[in-house]
Amino acid sequence: MLKLLGSRLATAVPSLIGVVIVTFLLTRVLPGDTAAYFAGPAATPQAIAEIRTKLGLDKSLPAQFADYVSALAHGDLGSSLSTGQPVATEIASRLPASAELTLAGLVLALLIAVPFGIIAAVRQGSWIDHACRIITTAGVSLPVFFTGLLLVYVFYFKLGWAPAPLGRLDVFFSAPETVTGFYLIDSLIARDFETFRAALAQLAVPAITLAIFALAPIARMTRASMLAVLSSEFVRTAKAAGLTDYTVIITYAFRNAMLPVVTTLGMVFSFLLGANVLVEKVFAWPGIGSYAVEALITSDYAPVQGFVLAMAILYVILNLLIDLAYGIIDPRARSEA
Amino acid sequence: MHGVVDVKEHAAKSSEAPSGPLLEVRDLTVEFATRRGIVTAVSKVDLTLGKGETLGIVGESGSGKSVTSYTVMRILDRAGRIAEGSITFSGIDVAHAPESEMRDLRGREMSMIFQNPRAALNPIRTVGAQIGDVLLQHVQADPRNVKHKVIDILKQVRIARPEDRYHAYPFELSGGMCQRIVIALALACRPQLMIADEPTTGLDVTTQKAVMDLVTELTRERGMSTILITHDLGLAATYCDTVMVMEKGKVVETAPAERIFRDPQHPYTRKLMRATPRPGITLKDLLPEGEGAPTAAAARSPVADAGAPLLTVENLVREYPRQGAPSAFLAKLKGKPLTPEETIFRAVDGISFEVKRGESVGLVGESGCGKSTTSTMVMRLIDPTAGKITFAGEDIGAIPAKDFAHHPMRKRIQMVFQDPTESLNPRYTAARAIADPLLRMGGYSGGAKLDARVAELAEMVGLPQNLLERFPHQLSGGQKARIGIARAIALDPDLVILDEPTAALDVSVQAVVLNLLEELKQRLGMSYLFVSHDLHVVGLLCDRVIVMRQGRIVEEGTAREVLEAPKDAYTRELIAAIPHPPV
Repeated sequence: MLKLLGSRLATAVPSLIGVVIVTFLLTRVLPGDTAAYFAGPAATPQAIAEIRTKLGLDKSLPAQFADYVSALAHGDLGSSLSTGQPVATEIASRLPASAELTLAGLVLALLIAVPFGIIAAVRQGSWIDHACRIITTAGVSLPVFFTGLLLVYVFYFKLGWAPAPLGRLDVFFSAPETVTGFYLIDSLIARDFETFRAALAQLAVPAITLAIFALAPIARMTRASMLAVLSSEFVRTAKAAGLTDYTVIITYAFRNAMLPVVTTLGMVFSFLLGANVLVEKVFAWPGIGSYAVEALITSDYAPVQGFVLAMAILYVILNLLIDLAYGIIDPRARSEA
Repeated sequence: MHGVVDVKEHAAKSSEAPSGPLLEVRDLTVEFATRRGIVTAVSKVDLTLGKGETLGIVGESGSGKSVTSYTVMRILDRAGRIAEGSITFSGIDVAHAPESEMRDLRGREMSMIFQNPRAALNPIRTVGAQIGDVLLQHVQADPRNVKHKVIDILKQVRIARPEDRYHAYPFELSGGMCQRIVIALALACRPQLMIADEPTTGLDVTTQKAVMDLVTELTRERGMSTILITHDLGLAATYCDTVMVMEKGKVVETAPAERIFRDPQHPYTRKLMRATPRPGITLKDLLPEGEGAPTAAAARSPVADAGAPLLTVENLVREYPRQGAPSAFLAKLKGKPLTPEETIFRAVDGISFEVKRGESVGLVGESGCGKSTTSTMVMRLIDPTAGKITFAGEDIGAIPAKDFAHHPMRKRIQMVFQDPTESLNPRYTAARAIADPLLRMGGYSGGAKLDARVAELAEMVGLPQNLLERFPHQLSGGQKARIGIARAIALDPDLVILDEPTAALDVSVQAVVLNLLEELKQRLGMSYLFVSHDLHVVGLLCDRVIVMRQGRIVEEGTAREVLEAPKDAYTRELIAAIPHPPV
């Protein structure tokens, strides 16, 4: 198992190096002159040139790249030009916000989609199967900003159940002491249940928005892979041995059907990170997505580079986790390592 | 084990019917709802099975033998239903019993062994846990003693090192061992009835014998009743008291085993009997009375020894890295470099043989003996590790496998594959499949000339012209096998490698295909290298037989010599393990 981990990490290194090079080049070829942008519309050419020198943008590309890599090696991702804050600090504070939202959405989607998919497969062709298809298709067909706005309209504006969609925490609460950066977990660690409830209330609607989007792929995949497994020969053996439906469906069929679902989960997580940008905008969520988009618009290259790198590392970790999950579920994957 | 016996006796007493047979099926008709409407899979089947009796249900694919047994256990899939008739098991009306009662019966009072044992086991659960599930379900064990009882059962089905194997996954065990696990599952709760559905299809003959002997011993010891479902008359004859022959969903004949073979009444039974390969017959004897081209098998003359060698194989070796070998790096660290035996597995271990022009040579052995590796090397799909392959005077072993596909020699060696369905492109029509080699290597480029050649080939293999536009899924197994043969002979090859070409076919279809192969060989003057695990089939088609074991040749001789007077102990064991009807 450790060998597997090591080899997977080793294969991730070249892709991370690739990400560093490609993001560097991409931010340099983007249209727009960073120096001119920050010098302001009324700046003289001398002022622009001065800023360019200060930023090191007058050097050759390889020299700039060498500067970037050596700073990176020291853990320095540079500073944002618009906020003046170091990128590393910004990402460290904003990434947990995005991750908390995405994970909450994903877990919620899993809790609904997996049982739904299993029932749809077991009762193939029944009303619940059709309901599953209709609901999940509707969920994935609506763009997230639309579902988000609709939910805000219904639950905040009409019903008043949800708090105002203004960030991670109501203004009357102060953020719990940072341990993991996840407000839900940190507030529990601090035994501050009021804050926990407030954070949960803020999180609920955006998480549901994301979950609705993620339902379809998970439920469809669970259904399809359950159907395949339920018609397999070992399920017939289990039935012929008189095992109960519960044992046959959960212990025998579902554990085998989980493998493709886990793979899908990795992809769904990446979709959600993309969808996050819009949800963060709608709910004024101080996440990493909105940060990156703003930086991109202003040609602020350091945050963009930092964002892409952080995402790449996140994907590597995610794929590693999926490989590990595979190893836990399937003994054959373990022995191949 | 004592605990199990006590519980069992108690259960048996409470559910035992006062008298009468254990299982009685009357007028059973089973229908399936398909897209093309309702299909009757089984109609008006009657069967009676007493305590301790063994019944064989024999039939070819589509005869309804498996459906009958699934209906008895009520594990038909959703589309199937009992349209008519009754099933009484131990006084219980199976057709109308509530599902909860059926679930209690399954596994505890009636159980089933399946074909393809590896697929019949949950791939990601240890075999011990799977047997334990059944014991716990039927309250034959409790969580504290379940492991102990499972190991007991593993011992009974003769699994060596049961304590270790308890934690094994199915993929870590051999096919024969998996079948023992499936048997252990079925027998765990000491049921009164066991249904074995083609339990040994796909297993080697010696493994088949070991598995069947084990089943017979265990069921006899426990006084269990058994239903053996098989396509193999020989197997049914060897292991059953009564044999029931089914055809197209109907029972055509039921009689005591020895009588059905001595004096078969129904024409279908006679046809099956004739089609079963057995010692001392010729190919033509396989066909129904009065059928078969007179020029074919009957006129088969032994090949003149004057034939020049077409294929010569010398000291052929193929090595593979051993799976799960200890790490070479770690061994070096410990200062003990690995020996070649530890890291390398020799699938083919220095074999030499030759095939003459116009001769058929059989390559026989059990799975893993290296026969398929050898044929794949001769076909030049993989490179030998060492040794020489000379074909028609040219050292083709020296041509790398990846270049051989474009070599002019390629069209002179062709192959017929084991699975007629899997080896055809599902998106090609029969005509397109046969035309494929002509287009690739035969210099044809479509048009009337190609159509004429395809039609000619179809006629040669006896494939009706009106089937040429069909796709593989619209054809029967025998028709697909004919396409595979037509494709192989399309370029007038000198050598055709037949890799178990009839293993997936019913016996009556096998009989026809074997005769066809013989006739084509006579007509086109080809040589065959026939790879098979079935000595009888090989004996019928081949002039000479080579028996392989663990990568080496253990015996070589004319078909008659090897079959009638085997010199090697292993060959004798192989021949003895083949069940055949008492003729």
